[in-house]
Amino acid sequence: MTGPVPTDAVEAREVTRSYQLDGLAVPALRGVSLTVPAGDFAAILGPSGSGKSTLMHLLGGLDRPTTGTLLLAGRDVAKLSQPELAALRNRTIGFVFQAFHLLPRTSAVDNVALPLVYAGVRAGERRRRAAAVLERVGLAHRLRHRPNQLSGGEQQRVAIARALVTGPSLLLADEPTGNLDTTTGAEVLALLETLNQESGVAVVLVTHDHEVAARAHRQIRMRDGLIEGPA
Amino acid sequence: MRFAEAWRVALDSLRANRLRSGLTMLGVVIGVAAVVVLVAIGTGAKQEVESQVQGLGSNLLLVVPGQVTFGNAPTSSPMTITDVDAIARVAGGRDRLTASLSSGETVRAGSTSEFVSMLGVLETTPTVFIRNLTHGSYLTRSDVDTARRVAVLGWSVAQHLFGDRDPVGLQMDVAGVRFRVVGVFERLGQSLGVDRDNEVHIPLTAAQRLLGTNRVDALAVKAPDGSRINELGGQIVAELTRRHPGIEFSAVTQDQILGVLGQILGVLTGVLAAIAGISLLVGGVGVSNIMLVSVRERTREIGLRKAVGARPRDIVVQFLIEAVLLTTIGGVTGIGLGIGAALLVAALSPVPAAITWWSVTLAFGVSATVGIVFGVVPAQRAGRLDPVIALRTE
Repeated sequence: MTGPVPTDAVEAREVTRSYQLDGLAVPALRGVSLTVPAGDFAAILGPSGSGKSTLMHLLGGLDRPTTGTLLLAGRDVAKLSQPELAALRNRTIGFVFQAFHLLPRTSAVDNVALPLVYAGVRAGERRRRAAAVLERVGLAHRLRHRPNQLSGGEQQRVAIARALVTGPSLLLADEPTGNLDTTTGAEVLALLETLNQESGVAVVLVTHDHEVAARAHRQIRMRDGLIEGPA
Repeated sequence: MRFAEAWRVALDSLRANRLRSGLTMLGVVIGVAAVVVLVAIGTGAKQEVESQVQGLGSNLLLVVPGQVTFGNAPTSSPMTITDVDAIARVAGGRDRLTASLSSGETVRAGSTSEFVSMLGVLETTPTVFIRNLTHGSYLTRSDVDTARRVAVLGWSVAQHLFGDRDPVGLQMDVAGVRFRVVGVFERLGQSLGVDRDNEVHIPLTAAQRLLGTNRVDALAVKAPDGSRINELGGQIVAELTRRHPGIEFSAVTQDQILGVLGQILGVLTGVLAAIAGISLLVGGVGVSNIMLVSVRERTREIGLRKAVGARPRDIVVQFLIEAVLLTTIGGVTGIGLGIGAALLVAALSPVPAAITWWSVTLAFGVSATVGIVFGVVPAQRAGRLDPVIALRTE
C-alpha cells in the first residue's frame, strides 16, 4: 500500500542504539536484527530495561539507530531529513500509547483527525475520515465527546482510531492495555486482532505481560538490549 | 490547513489559560497604549504650534538682532525708529512692516491689576499679522506719530480689568501711566497652557517714552509673495548691517521657525515614545516567559504531534502564532485604550492630542513584531524537542 513493490513494514539489520550519559555511552540496543512483514502480528516481550521501548521508538521512526540499518516501508531512516521522517511516520506508522496521549479539550473526532492535519487533508475530509474510523472501532456514538467524558477503554479505542486514520502499514502499541482493567484490556486486544485480520495492518505490541503477548502470532523476547530468539 | 490548525490550537490554548493570557497581554496593552498616547500628545502639540505659527499671517519675516537660536538670551537691540523707516523703503512701504518693543508690565484699572505682556507697535500691525478686534479700533498713524497714550487690550486683559463692560473709552494705568482703551482683540485662547490673550498693544513711541529708551526690539515684514521671501530677508539684513557695522542681524521665515520648533517637538516625541517603547519591551519579555511555560506544560502534546507526523516547523509555527496572537490581541486592545486615553486627555486638559494613522499602524506592527521576536526562542525550543523524551514527560 506504500509503494509498487510490496515491502516489509520494517526491516532492522544489526541495529544498535546507545545514549550518552555524562559522557559515557550507555548501550540500550546492542545489535538487533528484525523483520516485520506486512500483516504481521508480533509481540515484543521483555522486562523493563531490556530495550523494548527503545526498539519500539526506532521501529516507529521516532528515533534513529546509532549504527546498523533501519528500513521503514523500504526507506533507510538514516538518509531521511527530520521533515521527511515526520512525513513517513505520518503515512506509514500508527502509535498507540499506554497513557493514550489524547489532546484534552478536543473531541474524539478531532483527536482522531490530528494526523490528517499534518498530512495536509482538508478539514471536511478530515472529519469524514475520522468519523469513519471511529465507527470501525465501535465509537460512532462518541464522536463529539472529549477525552474526560470517555472511559479508559473508549479513550484507548479513540487512540487506536487515531493510529489508523492515515492508513498506515504498521501499528505500534506500547503497553496498550497497561492502564486498563482486564476486561477492557481484552476488548482492546480483540479490536487490534480484528483490525490486523481485516485490514492487514501489521501490529507490533510491546508488553511485559505474557498473557497479552500470547495473543500475538509470534513473540520476540528481549533481554539486555538483544533479541533472545522466538519462543 | 496546517496553518489553520495552528491558529485553532493557539486560540484554544489562550482560551484555556484565560487569566494567564490576559495578564501576559496586559504588559503589551500598557506598552502599546503608552506609545499611542504619547505619540498623539507629541503630534498634537506639533500641530498646534504649526497652526499658531501659520495663523500669525502669511509670508512673514521676523527681523531681530543677533542669531535666532533657542536657549540664547536676546541681544540688546541697536535698532531705532530710523531703521524702521529705512527697512520700510526696502520692504516696499510702511504698510509692509511693523516694529515692536516689548516688556512685561503691570496694568491697573480701579482696584484690579494684572501683569501683562506690553508691546509697543506701529499702527500697521493688523496688516502684517492676522489680529481681529471685537471692540473699538486699532492704533492709528497719528497715535504713533504723537506717542498718544492709547491701548488695545487682549481678550483676557479686558476680561480681568473690566469684566463684561465694554472698555473702549475707559481709562487704565500701564506701568503707572494713564492710558485710554481704544480697542479689544478677538479671543485667541490658550495653547499649551499659555494664555495668548494676555497682551496690551500701545504705540511704539509711547512705549519708548514709558521705558525711557529709543530702541526697537524686532521688526516683522510681510513679503509681497512667498517666492521672494528669502531674497527680501537678505536685502533687509544687508541694509541693517550696513547701518550698524559689526552687528549681526537675522531674518527668519515662518518655515524656519517651524523647522526649529518641529525639531524640538520631534525629539521630545521621540524620547517619550522610546520610554513607552521600553515598557513594550518589558511586555515582550513577559510573553517570552509565558511561552516557555506553555511549551513546558505541553511537552507531551508536542511529542504526540511529532509522533503523528508534525514536522519541527509545524510546531515552531504553532507556538509562534500563539505568541503573535498574544501580542496582537494585546496590541489592538492597547491601541483602543491609547486612542481613548488620548481623546480624554485632549478633551479634559489643555494638552492637545492628535491620533495619526501611522502611529496606530506602527503600534500594531511593533506588537506583532514583539510577538515574533519574543516567541521565536520558546517556539524553536518546542520544535527541537525530542519526541521520545517529550512523550515520556509527565
